[in-house]
Amino acid sequence: MNASRLTRTVLFIYGIAMIAFLYLPLVSVGFASVSQSRYLSFPIKRYSTKWYGEALESSTVSELLLTSLSVALLVTVIALVFAFFGALAFARYQWRFRNTFQKLILLPIFFPQTVLGLALLMWFNSLGIIPTWKTAVVAHLIWITPIATLIVAIRAYSFDPALEEAARDMGAGTFTVLREITLPLLMPGIVSAGLFAFLLSWGNFPLSLFTTGADSTLPEWLYAKMVSGYSPLVPTLGIMSVVGSFLLILFAVAVVWLMRANKEARTAQD
Amino acid sequence: MKTLDRRLGLLSALPVTLLMVLAFLAPLVVVAIFSIMPPKVFSLANTPDFSAYAVFFKQGYYKSLLWSLGMALASTVILLVVCWPLAYAMAKIFKRFTLVLTIAIVMSLFVSENIRLFGWVLTLMKGGLIEGHFRALTGIGFDSPLYGVPIIVFGLVYVYLPFMLFPLAQGISMVPDDTRQAAYDLGATRWQVLWQIEIPLAAPGIVVGSLLSFVLAAGALAESKILGGQAVIAIADDIETAFTFGQNWPLGSALSMILIVIIGTLALFGVSKVDLDAIMGRKR
Repeated sequence: MNASRLTRTVLFIYGIAMIAFLYLPLVSVGFASVSQSRYLSFPIKRYSTKWYGEALESSTVSELLLTSLSVALLVTVIALVFAFFGALAFARYQWRFRNTFQKLILLPIFFPQTVLGLALLMWFNSLGIIPTWKTAVVAHLIWITPIATLIVAIRAYSFDPALEEAARDMGAGTFTVLREITLPLLMPGIVSAGLFAFLLSWGNFPLSLFTTGADSTLPEWLYAKMVSGYSPLVPTLGIMSVVGSFLLILFAVAVVWLMRANKEARTAQD
Repeated sequence: MKTLDRRLGLLSALPVTLLMVLAFLAPLVVVAIFSIMPPKVFSLANTPDFSAYAVFFKQGYYKSLLWSLGMALASTVILLVVCWPLAYAMAKIFKRFTLVLTIAIVMSLFVSENIRLFGWVLTLMKGGLIEGHFRALTGIGFDSPLYGVPIIVFGLVYVYLPFMLFPLAQGISMVPDDTRQAAYDLGATRWQVLWQIEIPLAAPGIVVGSLLSFVLAAGALAESKILGGQAVIAIADDIETAFTFGQNWPLGSALSMILIVIIGTLALFGVSKVDLDAIMGRKR
């Protein structure tokens, strides 16, 4: 499309401003995390990393990290299994209730998470289940499975069903087709869905709030501290959590890149 | 082929459907039943008396609901205006910068909204990033904009921006360039093209984006608590208090039900209007 140079430049600046707007609060948190004084005020006079040292030594912190990590890992694995089949039902197969299924999956996304968490709390209570971090896994799944399904479905829309039919014509059974054809073709979607699942669970607060029982995830603990007053550990842990997520993304990108490079090298050899 | 497709479709939909029925629809039924129980009971084995709904009107809870809906509406309208130019540029003008923007915005989503809102407190508070540096430079301080209704709306706009931006960009990318060009060639003005070509053709994206941001903002809790102090109470806040501090599950359930009915009606209406196959790029 032809837009004038001026429009282009203005929109480009607007985009940059938007990114700055999104990340400005994290800059403040970053500065706060390296401020030495217990009571924060800008401009920061003395910088120190002592809060990081304290956070790393604290046993509360390692417990929080362990809980958050367990929830996120379990959510990722289960959500991916659901999402793989869900996406096929969503996009690939033509079946009778496909439309209803598509709409049903969307409902939890269009739902206030705090209310969903409370509804689950009552549901677990009436079933006689005492909430722990495991019930939080269920809570996260309801919200994250639909998102993962949509991400895999985008990939499933773009693949050619003729590939599956060809395999079937050559005598492959349903299971073999799924494993040898469908799974590898959907892989890029599954990888990004897994990344989304992990990170969204890692950062989720409203669903965890009511469903973790006596356990606590990192975002929950941070919220409790924020509402009850300032603690210098809040920005420190916040930044540690953010850096952790970003490292995971970098790692995932690096793995995908290496795999692709490896594949290209092999095809070049053949 | 068709019968196989049908069978496989049903089979592969089964796990997700079970999850939705057992862990999403069933809890909602429990909320509905709890909401008609007498006050302060913790089991469903009581005679229903609907008293919790009367409390909603008598004790002024409807004010929280109106505030929440009003602030959600305001933030949705602001988001539409703020996101439209950027979504347009992402769909039609930028090339590689669209990818950069997408990655930057998606990455911000992975940071817990608590931390980001807390970051705004540190940025905007008296002695915060902005006021502190401004005072150090000029010697003049100013009041912090925190703890009021406008800042809550600002927080909602900030947190739900990606939920408006991405559907909007997707909707706009569905507007064919030829149609716009044809309208211009026939002498349409910029405004006519916007109102008569672009907005109607991008409608699915507009509907999904607006619905998502409105619904999520209406049920939001953290913005009003972290940024708003106690300037106004959001309905989600009332619901939480009823459950935790008030130990009154039927009241909390009744408040939830009212919110769920409003949001559910909107969501069902919006979702039923949208063709998902078209939005998500079906090739066949």
